[in-house]
Amino acid sequence: MEGAEAAVRMRDITKTFGPIVANDRVWLDIFRGEILALLGENGSGKTTLMNMLSGIYYPDAGHIHVDGREVSIRSPRDAYKLGIGMIHQHFKLVDVLTAAENIILGMPGKGRLDLRAVGERIRRICSLYGFDVDPQRKVYDMSVSQKQTVEIVKVLFRGADILILDEPTAVLTPQETDRLFAVLRNMRDDGKAVVIITHKLYEVEELSDRVAILRRGQFVGDMPTKNTNAGEMTNMMVGRPVSLNIERPEPHSPKPRIVAEGLTVRDIDGVTKLSGLSFTANSGEILGIAGISGCGQKELLESIAGLQPVESGSIVYLDPESGEEIQLIGKDPRAISALGVALSFVPEDRLGMGLVGNMDLTDNMMLRSFRRGSSVFADRKAPKSLAERVVGELGVNTPGVDTPVRRLSGGNVQKVLVGREIASAPTVLMTAYAVRGLDINASYTIYDLINRQKEKGVAVIFVGEDLDVLLALCDRILVLCGGKLSGIVPGRGANKREVGMMMTRLGGEAEK
Amino acid sequence: MNRKATEPFVRIVKRDGLPLWHSWLIRLAALALALAVCAAVIFAIVRLNPLRVYGAMWQGAFGSAKRGWITLRDTMMLLCIGVGLAPAFKMRFWNIGAEGQILVGGLATAACMIYFGSAIPTWALLLLTFAVSAAAGAVWGVLPAFFKARYGTNETLFTLMMNYVAIQLTAFFVAKWENPFGSNTVGIINQTHKSGWFPAVFGQQYLLNALLVLALTVFVFIYLRYTKHGYETAVVGESERTARYIGIDVRRVIIRTMLLSGAICGLAGFTAVAGASHTISTSTAGGRGFTAIIVAWLARFNTFVMILTAALLVFLEKGAIQIATQYNLNDYASQMITGIILFFILGSEFFINYRLIFRGKKEAD
Repeated sequence: MEGAEAAVRMRDITKTFGPIVANDRVWLDIFRGEILALLGENGSGKTTLMNMLSGIYYPDAGHIHVDGREVSIRSPRDAYKLGIGMIHQHFKLVDVLTAAENIILGMPGKGRLDLRAVGERIRRICSLYGFDVDPQRKVYDMSVSQKQTVEIVKVLFRGADILILDEPTAVLTPQETDRLFAVLRNMRDDGKAVVIITHKLYEVEELSDRVAILRRGQFVGDMPTKNTNAGEMTNMMVGRPVSLNIERPEPHSPKPRIVAEGLTVRDIDGVTKLSGLSFTANSGEILGIAGISGCGQKELLESIAGLQPVESGSIVYLDPESGEEIQLIGKDPRAISALGVALSFVPEDRLGMGLVGNMDLTDNMMLRSFRRGSSVFADRKAPKSLAERVVGELGVNTPGVDTPVRRLSGGNVQKVLVGREIASAPTVLMTAYAVRGLDINASYTIYDLINRQKEKGVAVIFVGEDLDVLLALCDRILVLCGGKLSGIVPGRGANKREVGMMMTRLGGEAEK
Repeated sequence: MNRKATEPFVRIVKRDGLPLWHSWLIRLAALALALAVCAAVIFAIVRLNPLRVYGAMWQGAFGSAKRGWITLRDTMMLLCIGVGLAPAFKMRFWNIGAEGQILVGGLATAACMIYFGSAIPTWALLLLTFAVSAAAGAVWGVLPAFFKARYGTNETLFTLMMNYVAIQLTAFFVAKWENPFGSNTVGIINQTHKSGWFPAVFGQQYLLNALLVLALTVFVFIYLRYTKHGYETAVVGESERTARYIGIDVRRVIIRTMLLSGAICGLAGFTAVAGASHTISTSTAGGRGFTAIIVAWLARFNTFVMILTAALLVFLEKGAIQIATQYNLNDYASQMITGIILFFILGSEFFINYRLIFRGKKEAD
């Protein structure tokens, strides 16, 4: 790209939030006709940097040039005027409106709204890049990947030719990811500048032309993707060599710990979320749960934890010491967690469950332990030392244990949550999306923690979204499809395509 | 291209970790600024020397020993209600029914004084009224809590409506206990033998009010900050889903907390009737159930800070009455002063949490 005029040139961009320096004199060039991967660990300032380009934040210092002209981007509207559009991790769509209505929402216009012309233009954009969107469809009827498509079309409709996508694949199945990548390549070939924020190396390698790496808010370097490899990128990202293999110790003497039979669950609206699900989770084993998001993973874990009323079926817990069979259905969450069944569910909004955003680390550690003892006063000493231990062991990036959790970055919040659940010394450890949005370093720390639990004889149920990880970490993988059991495959030797197929269709029959 | 011209004129940046003294400095500056603006307004409208007006306000609140004690008594009353609201607000349960809880507490007190006044000794009567008024307030507080916990009703509307029920109930009993006949008031209860009145402590009539309320202040502070119950209350307030997830019985916490909140507000009615006015009327609460919401919020539900905020509000009220009478102004002039001062104090919170960066200024500090 030597000599070509950069579409965007960011120079010496600095942004601080209170005492935290999110971006420290960052340089970045974005070119047209190129897909740039912005790579970095959690809290390395990728999203912050791009938010300044899309008008969400305003830099404290530094210069931004678009097409060679120095600009000041004060709001998303300014960004659109410059042709910059960002697709955020959390979609910003109105559920009850149609795709077309969402797309034109907030755009200036005169007089009567001509939705037919809008629909026509949307179709034209779609056919140009290979999207599949029905403009008349309501958003609440859409799958996650369709919603994401609407977001992308929304940005294109506003004339953006510099597109920024913040971790676009986090919510997609492998097949959907492939489709998205194809669309992004079409856009690149059309001369648009595309930036994807990611921490997944294989995405960088598969998709991008150039990769720029941030570490702790600083720009480490950029290079053409073909001139580098996963090892080098990881080293630049983390700052030291990291091994990229997930270990999978052989389970020793697995015994049934949780036996579920004919589990059927309906939500409040009467929609069946799980139907007739039967499986066994063994001690000393990691049982992976694969499935497209919203296929009953949450309901499955919550019914074991006693948070979800069960319509029919049984969940039996076999006590490791006495061998006693205990029916979990009908027990309240407190009684179940007293048996040693721990649930660490990382919901999409991270803070919605399991943690209290406005409370500090110590008080959040207390959530599990505060009932101990007969005193009316709550003990804060033990939780405080636990918080300090978790901060130390998992490398939580925080000013201190008395910082409110909501001030931490997403990855650090997760470390706190997972660290606390593991510290409760469970006999069954359920984690959902434990590494969602976590960087490589933190992810491996968590895999390691889970493996240690497995070796201790804990029955681990691991709901994941990254198939590569599920295949590398789990001993057995249970595949859900629309709340039904699509199959259970052994983790060793399983095929990614095959599992992906089982996720979309019961039993995974071949595509027609 | 001139960069300066394109930068936004002013930006709002969140501050973090502001030292405590700094935030108090900002609050003091706000108060000073408020007084300056008030002075300008006073001078512009009524051509009076603002310093003398402020002097008069001081006179109104602390001009004599008696005035000082009355200011203290009213501060304690307001503080008591604020302390009562603290647990509910900590749970994000918007109890705006303190008015009603005070009234039923007061009614219970008056009933005990009237029916048992001559039958049992004052110390026993005081203990009885203490318990009965707390119970009455608790009932008034727990009704909306029960419906909220069980059926998810809106507590704001429910507690507000309970106020009107309490007012009507009071009106009914005022008519029933009318004394002397035809006066349409209850009159001073037990005026001759002072049975059920707060006794003077160390010769001071209102010292017992202060001791009772300060004890409650300390109790609620410790309850919210150091006990398991207080912790559960805070978790339910911050995130009901998290509370359910870790197995806190959310319904029980809501009901328990409102029992406490209502009981303390009922005790405020007890001090108002047995410790101050020795009578009951529909205006016994007198809007203080609402004023106390400001007290609680200004103090961020910290019951010790509420001592300050309650004192400030009572001082402003007393001062306002004084300047209204002394300078023949009507009430509105003094209410303007109160309004301006509150505006600046509340506004200072913005500057404690955020700061403004003007165009062209670099982030030097």
